[in-house]
Amino acid sequence: MNDRPPSTPENAPRLPLIRIRGLTFRRGRTLVLNNLNLDIRRQGITALIGPSGCGKTTLLRIITGQLRPHRGSVQVDGVEVSRLPRKQLLELRKRMGMLFQNGALFSDLSVFDNVAFPLREHTGLSKDLIHILVLLKLQAVGLRGAHDLNPEQLSGGMARRAAMARAMAMDPMLMMYDEPFTGQDPISMGMLLSLVQRLNHLLGMTSIVVSHDIQEVLSIADDVCILSDGRIIEQGTPELLRRSKTPLVRQFLDAAPDGPVPFHYTASSLERDLAWES
Amino acid sequence: MARSTKRAPPWGAVREAVLDGLRGTGRGTLEGVTTLGRAILFLLLVLPQLPGLLRRPRLLLEQIYRVGFLSLLIIVVSGFFIGMVLALQGYNTLVNFGAEESLGVLVALSLTRELGPVVTALLFAGRAGSALTAEIGLMKTTEQLAAMEMMAVDPLQRVIGPRLLAGLFCMPLLAAIFSVVGVYGGYFVGVGLLGVDTNVFWSQMQAAVNFSEDVWSGIIKSIVFGFVVSWIAVFQGYDSAPTSAGIGAATTRTVVISSLAVLGLDYVLTALMFN
Repeated sequence: MNDRPPSTPENAPRLPLIRIRGLTFRRGRTLVLNNLNLDIRRQGITALIGPSGCGKTTLLRIITGQLRPHRGSVQVDGVEVSRLPRKQLLELRKRMGMLFQNGALFSDLSVFDNVAFPLREHTGLSKDLIHILVLLKLQAVGLRGAHDLNPEQLSGGMARRAAMARAMAMDPMLMMYDEPFTGQDPISMGMLLSLVQRLNHLLGMTSIVVSHDIQEVLSIADDVCILSDGRIIEQGTPELLRRSKTPLVRQFLDAAPDGPVPFHYTASSLERDLAWES
Repeated sequence: MARSTKRAPPWGAVREAVLDGLRGTGRGTLEGVTTLGRAILFLLLVLPQLPGLLRRPRLLLEQIYRVGFLSLLIIVVSGFFIGMVLALQGYNTLVNFGAEESLGVLVALSLTRELGPVVTALLFAGRAGSALTAEIGLMKTTEQLAAMEMMAVDPLQRVIGPRLLAGLFCMPLLAAIFSVVGVYGGYFVGVGLLGVDTNVFWSQMQAAVNFSEDVWSGIIKSIVFGFVVSWIAVFQGYDSAPTSAGIGAATTRTVVISSLAVLGLDYVLTALMFN
């Protein structure tokens, strides 16, 4: 059962788009997310940052219903995702878009067909209308001229922009970006940053950006959440986080090699290991 | 007097080795049963998607082209050579008994009942099955399947269903083509090179090969093989570890498991249909 009804135009701005309470997720015996609470506000850009393996991508996958939590509640626009039947989950996903780390473009389809894919699958629009829509989406990401190329002919940055156009094809209310800037040269990164910000504001979407490129993502985010050991350890505006004194937050923002997250993996004493033969 | 240097047997090590063996066997068995369970659940999820494909025949036709048409060359060439070898070997044996007129019967029955469906299935597993596994495994590794799910498109319906159905549909046709080409290979060697009378070759075959028993049994076998090989191939791809080593291992498993399943099922089906 949903605890709350989907938003209406009257109450929409006040309610968070995503409301997570007591979320716990295990992978095998490892506790990935531990009693996590989080609100994502509407029409803003929320940056989700944290050390590698702290559960950021897992959290995105739980929000999209690709993974089911072991405990807790995840509501997207008032709908409880964790208990949603598959058919309704697929319906909800039509209103979500996700940019995967490597773009995940379909390798047997051209850029045009990749962007047209969700429109052909879910809308009964005519060929001509789909053609216009796809070209407009590609124009928005600067790839209209590359519409007939195949994914293997694109650079990494172009592939991500094409994937962004595909993810936006259905005009989603929620866009999720999983490490969109990884491995990008400064020019591509600048393009992607500007696109995330511009499209979010132009289309009135809500965006969640998972990234390790701290300074870049802080420059476009409205809210920032720092995730560590399966919990949110700090949340607030980028300015608030920059002034934070929390050691882990400081280590993360200053990119310090040692601190609460140690440089060395847990091990017995060096002397003992070096003298193991005797 | 020198003391005996004989040592007591290392019972501890032996015991450990035996226990390790038992643990390995137990683990392997459990993994096998778990994988079979996953494969059955996977199939139960895919089967309800198949009727929906009739509304989108283009997806199915695309896969029939890739799985079936592109396998034609290897099927035709192999069929022709197998027919030639059958005729050559058969002639050398039959001629000792003065029964070389039965060469056409021998070639036709061997092909329609056994070699057609079995060899086609083995070739299909090696050519199309491994390609299916690698393709689906790569789609999983590069998150194309996850992206499809995120676009509210079920990969079981869009990717797996057409490939499974195409395999099921193509295998009987490929096996039939294999058998026909094999018969002509046998004709080429038997009649063309070894001098068996052409009328005798065809008439004996016509008289001895029973359509409802011999040809149908081959068709039923090839339908079963087509289903099993396609199921194994798509499941292994979908279940593969999302790494390059995982795809390699899954592709190998497809060929090995499919081949063993085809040979095992061939015995079972033959026993059921002919005894």
